[in-house]
Amino acid sequence: MALFFQTLPFLLDGLLTTLLVSVSVVVLSLAIGIPLGCMLVFGPLWARLPIRLYADFVRGVPILVLLYFVYYGLPVIAVNLPSLPAAVVALTAFKTAQIIEIARGAFQSIPVDQMEAAKSIGLTLPDRFVHVLAPQAVRRFLPPFVNSVVDTVKGSSLVSLLGVVDLMLSLQQVIGRTHIALPLYGIGALMYFAINFPLSALSRRLEKRFI
Amino acid sequence: MTAAPAEPVIRIAGITKSFGSHQVLKGIDLAVGKGEVVAIIGPSGSGKTTLLRCINFLEEYDGGSVRIDGVEVGYKDTADGRRRRSDRELARIRVEAAMVFQQFNLFPHLTAAQNVMLGLVKSRGKSKGEARQIAEKWLTRVGLAAKFDALPSQLSGGQQQRVGITRAVAMEPKVLLLDEITSALDPELVGEVLAVVQELAAEGRTMILVTHEMAFAREVADRVVFTDQGRIVIDAPPATVFDDQPNERLRSFLSRFAAFHRPR
Ligand SMILES: Nc1ncnc2c1ncn2[C@@H]1O[C@H](COP(=O)(O)OP(=O)(O)OP(=O)(O)O)[C@@H](O)[C@H]1O
Ligand SMILES: [Mg+2]
Repeated sequence: MALFFQTLPFLLDGLLTTLLVSVSVVVLSLAIGIPLGCMLVFGPLWARLPIRLYADFVRGVPILVLLYFVYYGLPVIAVNLPSLPAAVVALTAFKTAQIIEIARGAFQSIPVDQMEAAKSIGLTLPDRFVHVLAPQAVRRFLPPFVNSVVDTVKGSSLVSLLGVVDLMLSLQQVIGRTHIALPLYGIGALMYFAINFPLSALSRRLEKRFI
Repeated sequence: MTAAPAEPVIRIAGITKSFGSHQVLKGIDLAVGKGEVVAIIGPSGSGKTTLLRCINFLEEYDGGSVRIDGVEVGYKDTADGRRRRSDRELARIRVEAAMVFQQFNLFPHLTAAQNVMLGLVKSRGKSKGEARQIAEKWLTRVGLAAKFDALPSQLSGGQQQRVGITRAVAMEPKVLLLDEITSALDPELVGEVLAVVQELAAEGRTMILVTHEMAFAREVADRVVFTDQGRIVIDAPPATVFDDQPNERLRSFLSRFAAFHRPR
């Protein structure tokens, strides 16, 4: 118990870093991925092609390769990022590709009938988008998106491999000093679970409601 | 009502439409006067839906013209030739030919009243309050006073289609387009929807309806148009079309509807 209270502040620091990385990645990838997803669905061919290529390529590469590429590879072209920003950039690159796919799927799952009904009562393109397409697409977007946030939190443990002291690395460091592995991993698992369980539950509820 | 009135609401002249190499409309001429109800009948694949969709330019016709109150629907003549209309112009014209769909196509995220209000607010410039009043008035008329705030998923097929009709007619369009609006309904729900259409016809609304309900067409239409293989073969009053019809193709088509009864 004494050990628990000794290590707790250190672990909480790590947890904070995990949350910081996860939130940054989710916010950035939404900000980039949603516009790109819209362009992939509605944009001209010259815009769709590179977005399609990017999404397919990045989703086909292990996240670890992306992390090493950004951290160890980019310095070759004089882009020298410290480990934390490098980790966020690499994870964002991956998450953005996922968001693009989820957004595309959400838009394309809305039947054309909906647009035709909107046209036939005289709605212009912006009104069709705002009042008919987008509200329905958001409902299809949310459940897979929340699932993907769960993946982000779990996947963020990879940043420990770049030396970022997140929850994962702080656990390992504490274990390295105390040689008490099992209870500490247990505590770590519980912390991840405490973040992700409510998210998974939310996703299930959204799915029930909207799909 | 046999002769087309001098000033037609809809004037379709020689429209053609192909999907790839398949010419679906081979030069259609049709004029519909104010207050007229025209029923389009014909075999499956003869181009009825395509013709209807050309009128509000959901389908872009290749040649010919469609005019609503003299305004060409899809194109305009400019200094440098015939040009497709902008989305904004199309929207203004389309609302004058509001459509009711076979599969209802209600907006699933909006309530019955909101489905009706959307076009009133966005296309007809009504305030939310006015639109709500109009929507409630119409929904009450079609027997849905208890369903203003129901989502489409909470309504039966017949109720959904009555919302579909309301959404279109509340726009006070110059012509109402109805494409087999009872085909997706269980037989026992057909009557309640047709009753609404009949009432609209009786109050003098201009309508073009594609239907397989022959008894209904006979009852409600001023003119019946028979299409076959992309052409209008016959355009005549119901009595002429349904009784002692000399045209072989029409006779054989009608023989498939031997039992002329309408479930009510
Ligand atoms: N988007 C499309 N692409 C290709 N072919 C089409 C398309 N829409 C319709 N067609 C073809 O055009 C022809 C006419 O179709 P249309 O739907 O107008 O017929 P219809 O008279 O309404 O038939 P039904 O009574 O079955 O509804 C059919 O052969 C159909 O396969
Ligand atoms: Mg059809």
